[in-house]
Amino acid sequence: MANFYTDNPDIRFHLDHPLMQRIVALKENNYKQKSEFDYAPKDFEDAIDSYHKILEIIGEICGDIIGPNAESVDHDGPVLKNGRVEYARGTSENIEAINKAGLMGISLPRKYGGLNFSIIPYIMAADIVSRADAGFVNIWGLQDCAETINEFGSAEQKQAYLTRVCKGETMAMALTEPDAGSDLQAVMLKARYDEGRKTWLLNGVKRFITNGDGDISLVLARSEERTQDGRGLSMFIYDKKSGGVTVRRIENKLGIKGSPTCELVFKDAPAELCGQRKFGLIKYVMSLMNGARLGITAQSVGVGEAAYREALAYAKKRIQFGKAIIQFPAVYEMLAVMKAKLTASRSLLYETGRFVDIYKTLTHISQERELTKDEKDEMRKFQKLADIFTPLAKGLTSEFCNEIAYDSLQIHGGSGFMKDYPIERIYRDARITSIYEGTTQLQVVAAIRGVTTGAYLAQIQAYEKEPIKPETESYRKVLIEMTEEYEEAENKVVLMDNHEFIDFHARRLVEMAGNIIMGYLLLLDTQRDHNYWKTLEVFLRMARSRNKANAIRIQFSNLNDMGKFRFE
Amino acid sequence: MKNYKIIVLAKQVPDTRNVGKDAMKADGTVNRAALPAIFNPEDLHALEQALCIKDKFPGSTITILTMGPIRAAEILREGFYRGADDGILLTDRAFAGSDTLATSYALACTIKKIKDYDMIICGRQAIDGDTAQVGPQVAEKLGIPQVTYCEEILKVTDKNIQIKRRLERGVEVVECPLPLLITVNSSAPACRPRNAKRLMKYKHSNTLSKRQENDNDYVEGGLDSYLTIKEWSVNDIVCDAKQLGLAGSPTKVKKVDNIVFQSKESKRIEDMDEDISGLMKELIASHIVG
Repeated sequence: MANFYTDNPDIRFHLDHPLMQRIVALKENNYKQKSEFDYAPKDFEDAIDSYHKILEIIGEICGDIIGPNAESVDHDGPVLKNGRVEYARGTSENIEAINKAGLMGISLPRKYGGLNFSIIPYIMAADIVSRADAGFVNIWGLQDCAETINEFGSAEQKQAYLTRVCKGETMAMALTEPDAGSDLQAVMLKARYDEGRKTWLLNGVKRFITNGDGDISLVLARSEERTQDGRGLSMFIYDKKSGGVTVRRIENKLGIKGSPTCELVFKDAPAELCGQRKFGLIKYVMSLMNGARLGITAQSVGVGEAAYREALAYAKKRIQFGKAIIQFPAVYEMLAVMKAKLTASRSLLYETGRFVDIYKTLTHISQERELTKDEKDEMRKFQKLADIFTPLAKGLTSEFCNEIAYDSLQIHGGSGFMKDYPIERIYRDARITSIYEGTTQLQVVAAIRGVTTGAYLAQIQAYEKEPIKPETESYRKVLIEMTEEYEEAENKVVLMDNHEFIDFHARRLVEMAGNIIMGYLLLLDTQRDHNYWKTLEVFLRMARSRNKANAIRIQFSNLNDMGKFRFE
Repeated sequence: MKNYKIIVLAKQVPDTRNVGKDAMKADGTVNRAALPAIFNPEDLHALEQALCIKDKFPGSTITILTMGPIRAAEILREGFYRGADDGILLTDRAFAGSDTLATSYALACTIKKIKDYDMIICGRQAIDGDTAQVGPQVAEKLGIPQVTYCEEILKVTDKNIQIKRRLERGVEVVECPLPLLITVNSSAPACRPRNAKRLMKYKHSNTLSKRQENDNDYVEGGLDSYLTIKEWSVNDIVCDAKQLGLAGSPTKVKKVDNIVFQSKESKRIEDMDEDISGLMKELIASHIVG
């Protein structure tokens, strides 16, 4: 009876963002397909209504099936049988419900059986599913990989594989190896073209592969003999029906236990080349990873939502010293900050999603016809924004997710430490978000460019110019002050002209920029719905003090610092 | 392989599962405005049984038949979203005030008009009246066998059907020739979720009278479009007017008592450790457990 979409007006709020008009018009190519497909929208209102109604279906499945199954899935987990993964009973039930509802291939083109939704409602679905079961969202969300085939695969590959994904087959992306984790240039899995069999054959081992026994996998492999770096790697499509891959082991993990993390052994496994040789890492993985990072951002928000709701419910009904603990300042202050972090994370998630949405859709259009000059400018602008916002969002929201989960468990006290309450599982599930698809430290490495090139500052200044209601002017003043402080800190670090010094302070600078950006996003949210003012207030108080701490840390830092911190 | 023609009887009911304080009006009748109108839950279980047959025999067709006001078209749409092929809304002032006898008479007359069917599947009972009479009465009026309390349809062949019944004290497996009427329990599997593409396809479907209110839509889809839900009135079926509606309903409501549980009779216990241990102490003290 629960519905994880309709009970969460914050998601609907982002669906009603003014930029959606442009996003949907681009995605639907001015509603051309209405005569071709009976489920295509005829105008903007029709499309948004469909998004809304399909999110309702997802919310219902999450509230009635996936959420209630989460505990048993966490307990049972997948098992390894004869080199194959067998999902937990609850996982199979979830997949069946998702497939009956037709919720695979959400953003894929209609001609392959997809729903052709823009990225925003897809991300919303991921947000909702993550709240229900953070492990299951991985299995479902790997439909992302299809986007890479859609972008870079041949016409035949699209026809063959995308249609299958839309019918409910699951996917995997096999990148990591025992000696190639964050450093994917070291991938060794060998791809060799067999002239006799007229196919590529894969040999080697992949490790930590989420849903590794999925139906269709994207595999990063070394196709160029005698190469050592990223330029010798290509992307392959492996179809489980071809055989040649066995699961050697399923990892026993701290969290997201329902999601099978596999070690795979490839023995002469036939595979198709996807896109061009040698572009595997430098082009396709980068695209794949950006999509996946946005997915983890959604997961972080969804898990944060689950943790916050558990804490709120518990604090309201737990009575100590004669009253509900939510009435104690120590508890309500914590809850308000959790809510502020959650709401800010969500605003950053959907802002990033909108940037990705516009630039990806324009990229697809550019493959069919030449873009006008305005469109090209638009694409470049949003691609730049998407590139700097994706690591920022993934890094910061996953850290917030962990902070929220930590505080939620704390509010539960001793009960939270027991398996009696869902927070015990949610807390464990949250932990992975800041690790996989690039650790927070790697997101900072990507995001620091946005600091040093001034790209974040430029966007902050663009937000600053947005028209706002006079009664919210005081918040903008605070944000302008924070921006000046950030500029000063950034100048101090950059002027040292020392790479190690920049890396040393990178996380502080990235966090400062992120806090200002989230502050502005909440300020803009408050323009559309005044109910956000309280969250904005709380967020700004927290963000301002954190930025101040970072600023002081940088202010009293110099090149000698590294020597004091470094381990010899 | 045979394809089956299945009729699912469904009713739109006020959602009585989560009633608030304003669920009843002062005069003791149901305050329909305060309760959302929903697909009767056991009728959804019935639809799932029909859909399972269609899964196995893909050429089969499912027609949902509902009697009610125009807004009951919503449950036909809900049926389309889940996989039903067709729907008939039986609606007319002449049916207003029907009890179970008049309702089953009207439904039976409508099914006679549909004529060609292999099975009729419906929920055991509706959550507003809880009578469980309409299904069996329809079967009697049509002169076909009925199997009640179905939990699972085990097997279907050209000639007969095997059904698992869930009874109070156990399970019974019965066989029955076609055509027949089946009533389905809530212990049967829940209905599948709405399908995304079907929802987008059918969300604009409506009855002709509703579609005529909006001329754009009407012109666009045309009369024969799948967007036009069949809307049958008393003139579309062959029946005896005296047996319809209030006139055909011998059931008279004499009095409705509005029962409110007093706090002295009930006690709310939260699923918190202290509440539960308090309750246990009470039960042990009163020798109910121990």
